[in-house]
Amino acid sequence: MREHLSHSNEAEVDLDFAIPEKDFNAAGKGSSELKNLLKRLGVDSDILRRIAVASYEAEINVAAHSQGGVMKSAVHDDLIHVRFEDEGPGIADIEQAMVPGYSTADDLVRELGFGAGLGLPNIKKNSDAMHIVSEKGSPTLLEFIIYFN
Amino acid sequence: MTLRDIVALLEADVLYPEADLEREVPCAFASDMISDILMCTKEPTLLLTGLTNNQVIRLSDMIDLTGIVFVRGKKPLQDVIEMAEERGLPILSTKFTLYRCSGILFNAGLRSCKI
Repeated sequence: MREHLSHSNEAEVDLDFAIPEKDFNAAGKGSSELKNLLKRLGVDSDILRRIAVASYEAEINVAAHSQGGVMKSAVHDDLIHVRFEDEGPGIADIEQAMVPGYSTADDLVRELGFGAGLGLPNIKKNSDAMHIVSEKGSPTLLEFIIYFN
Repeated sequence: MTLRDIVALLEADVLYPEADLEREVPCAFASDMISDILMCTKEPTLLLTGLTNNQVIRLSDMIDLTGIVFVRGKKPLQDVIEMAEERGLPILSTKFTLYRCSGILFNAGLRSCKI
């Protein structure tokens, strides 16, 4: 597996959002604004939905499971590359976390309707490439690419 | 079927006065889990749910919801109602359970969304 998802061109537009820990008033705003930007740029509606869903799931993961992090979107001519970098504590078993229905969400998070255990599977399903670097006790990097056509 | 028909069938309250009830509702989905809703909604869909926090409105930024029905007598707080109003997203509240709402709407001809 490559160390990072990579592509040749410089980004046309960069967009960064902070994702504070357990702030479910703010969580999702970054994905919402990203979708609005891409809509203005004329991205197809089905692709827009896939980007918004993948991004929202990843944003909620950072808010729900980490000590906070950042979402960095790079919009290119033909694709979007979104990186989520958090401050840990990391994913102990990535393979297990990819199994639909498996969740480590706490009660607060579950009360809000999260914790279905579909976050990572939903990101994978909606993206053209997904890559995670994480281990227990370390920060997590999750990134995905979605092509515009 | 329009939202106005759904208000009548579910004996629902409309949670802000200017909600557009003439909208056509092609299909529906019912769940209390956000990821399920995101995974299963790929076309304009009426959502039936017991979730009333602000993230259920935020969902409508990501996917195409024609409206939300809050079941089991639940009503969101005023700031959540205002979030829906800002987005022009009609929201309803009914005393009926999720199961009963789904049965009533299905019998009235409202199909399940394609997953």
